[in-house]
Amino acid sequence: MSDDTVKIEVDGKEVEAKKGQMIIEVTDRVGTYIPRFCYHQKLSIAANCRMCLVEVEKAPKPMPACATPVMDGMKIFTKSAAAISAQKATMEFLLINHPLDCPICDQGGECELQDQALGFGRDVSRYNERKRVVKDKDIGSLVSTDMTRCIHCTRCVRFGEEITGLQELGTIGRAEDMKISTYVEKSLDHEMSANIIDLCPVGALNNKPYRYSARAWEMQQRATVSPHDCVGSNMYAHILRGTVKRIVPRENEAINETWISDRDRFSYEGVYSQDRLLRPRLKSGDVWEDVSWDEALKKLSESLRAAASEKIGILASPSSTLEEFHLLARLADHLGTHNIDHRIRQRDFSDQENDPTVPELGSSIEAIESANALLIVGSNVRKEAPIIGHRMRKAALNGCEVNVVNHAEFDYHFDLHKHVHGAGLVEQLAGIAVALATSNLPANISELCAGVDPTATQKMIAKSLQSADRAQVITGLIAGRHKAAAAIRALAAFIAASADASFGTLTEGANSAGGYLAGVLPHKAQGGTRREKVGMNAAEMCAGSLDAVLLFGLEPDADLTCIANAGSGLAEQKFVAALTPYSSESLEQSTDLMLPIGTFAETAGTFVNCELRWQSFAGIANPVGEARPGWKVLRVLGNLLDAEGFDYDTNEEVREEITAQVGEVQSGQATAGTKPLAKVNGEDAPSEQIDVPIYEIDGVVRRATALQLTPEALRAGTEEL
Amino acid sequence: MSKLQSYIKTFTMWELWQGLSVTLRNMFKPAVTVHYPEEKAPQSPRFRGLHALRRYPNGEERCIACKLCEAVCPALAITIESDVGDDGTRRTTLYDIDLFKCIYCGFCEEACPVDAIVETRIHEYHMEEPGENIMTKDKLLAIGDKYDAMISADKAADAKYR
Repeated sequence: MSDDTVKIEVDGKEVEAKKGQMIIEVTDRVGTYIPRFCYHQKLSIAANCRMCLVEVEKAPKPMPACATPVMDGMKIFTKSAAAISAQKATMEFLLINHPLDCPICDQGGECELQDQALGFGRDVSRYNERKRVVKDKDIGSLVSTDMTRCIHCTRCVRFGEEITGLQELGTIGRAEDMKISTYVEKSLDHEMSANIIDLCPVGALNNKPYRYSARAWEMQQRATVSPHDCVGSNMYAHILRGTVKRIVPRENEAINETWISDRDRFSYEGVYSQDRLLRPRLKSGDVWEDVSWDEALKKLSESLRAAASEKIGILASPSSTLEEFHLLARLADHLGTHNIDHRIRQRDFSDQENDPTVPELGSSIEAIESANALLIVGSNVRKEAPIIGHRMRKAALNGCEVNVVNHAEFDYHFDLHKHVHGAGLVEQLAGIAVALATSNLPANISELCAGVDPTATQKMIAKSLQSADRAQVITGLIAGRHKAAAAIRALAAFIAASADASFGTLTEGANSAGGYLAGVLPHKAQGGTRREKVGMNAAEMCAGSLDAVLLFGLEPDADLTCIANAGSGLAEQKFVAALTPYSSESLEQSTDLMLPIGTFAETAGTFVNCELRWQSFAGIANPVGEARPGWKVLRVLGNLLDAEGFDYDTNEEVREEITAQVGEVQSGQATAGTKPLAKVNGEDAPSEQIDVPIYEIDGVVRRATALQLTPEALRAGTEEL
Repeated sequence: MSKLQSYIKTFTMWELWQGLSVTLRNMFKPAVTVHYPEEKAPQSPRFRGLHALRRYPNGEERCIACKLCEAVCPALAITIESDVGDDGTRRTTLYDIDLFKCIYCGFCEEACPVDAIVETRIHEYHMEEPGENIMTKDKLLAIGDKYDAMISADKAADAKYR
């Protein structure tokens, strides 16, 4: 037995524990159940619900298991008469002011208080006085409140203080007058605040869009993966009769811990939007007509056959599944075109020959927490990937020096070591690079750094990265969308290499990595092998004149924001077909044929996240209208075009094929090209539109009603006006 | 001796007369059969017949869409969909009972925390068209309104045993 372990006895069974651990942590590990409300693994200890009282030998009174550290030789009794009587007494007090409205409470059936009242409550209350009533608060469109039900465990308050760093809820008053409140009436405004729904052990804080629409026991729980950011948060969808009723987090310590962002939680509303395309539609003249699937696919295959092979373009959403990417890439091969791209928000393609095989984070998501110096370049990280933002906040709280280079000042909710904003990203990075450079600068960035004299701040950032033993440089989505993205990448990579830091990047959509792996790129084929002839990239396709364009899962006006006049550019192409879950004005204007495909909820697939973790999921809900999973549509299209080997029966067959072909591909950050990059190839100071608002990132989110009513979305809306 | 007794009983047809005496006795007793439908057998207030949804005296629906009846129903005859009502309360938007599936066990009535779903004494009903076996919320409420007095009286009669 080493020095930091002690031996204790739980209900007569000898157990080893670490010194300083709380009793409840040890009992949870060995599987002895102690009832609790306020204790939560991820939050600090409050010990205010008193439900976890246990008997400890030689202690005069029962001790709260969540706040009592273990001592050598401690004897704990969790089921003794004294412990049970203390727990029962606590339960009686908790139920004094708790309303008996379980039949209308959404928490009914999955309520910790309900469950524990069954075990520790009396069957008839002895309390005959008046129960208290607390006025409900309006805290926005995501969380409904029934504050009379609150048992003051303060999990939600501690969540705000410790996890989000934005104290939105607090307590006022004491004893019977204690209330959980926002102080001044306002809406929740953090991108992860809806996690308080899961934290609340009773029905005081609940899911507002889901309110009263289903019961916990009648839904099926199906595992899925977040389709909105490169994190790939694990989630469960709760399904009633084939429709998604709500989404809750699925615990995965390596990715999202027990949290998910509000975007992941509430985006499912977009699946049932009025805008869903219910059946294939064809434009004849200026009028849109419903047509059958047979007709629509025939029209599409004929148009593709009629087009000259170098005049066919394929544009895919970066949130398509790996299987869909694979089939798109194979279709492009069959049609003989290299005009295929999924980088729909990228502006700068000048240095694409030095792209890494797969862009990725450079470390695991979990490892961000233990970094001791970070350099975030061009990223509104909280909005781009809330889970990564949370990991960075944890790192900052652990003493990590977080340095930021951004074009604007964003709110981070953690302390920054050094923060540079306002100026051009290239200029700032060049300064840091010069400060770090020991000998001659490499050829590709020498021109960028010529004549740069680092400022004191830039030197401090350089020093902070250099002196840390676990440093990371992470470029964000803003850096990727920047007009000088190539210069930023080269500089950031140089900084990382000189400071001995890991270099990584956040990527667009849920599956950019999958797009790179499958070869949905004009310059690289599957697995990163270079194409001999480089095709047209996304911007060139929008501007060029092609015979046939296939849009996969995107809307020109909202998703091709980085490409000037994308919508009207597409409208001038000869034939544009869209495989899309939604119909929209811009699609109606710029396309000639629309085929309904399923959203993330209706299709099976695989997402490769930014740490290159492959996560497969099955379809979780029934398709809306005549929509079909994207991979099935592509498979039939392949058959109609007489492509070889398009006889997949299941999604798994497609996945197995691509796994066999690229499963071994490692990323490798081959970003140091030798071609000198021009001074600034594009404007250095990015425009306002470069930061796509969190709730406008893809079609599903844009149609999620509750998310569009959050202060965050309303602010983004007013800025546009 | 017993052999002799057996002979006498056989030849006098003793057991036949013994049987016929039962017939004779019952000929003079009042008849127990009921001439349905002119006559009807008495019913318990707990009789489990056609379902009804009740209202409060002020006209408000009792049902709060807790879905306990749906959960307890052993025949899966009940289908409920719920949503936030016009007044912000929890309400059903769909409440269907399939009478072909229902086994009239009365569990729904037992499970209901607000005495909304009840099984009435009504047992004389039939269906003529396909689909009539589905009792929708409107039909159930209409039955509840029509037979409110009867249902309330039955509930009151049974209350002391609960």
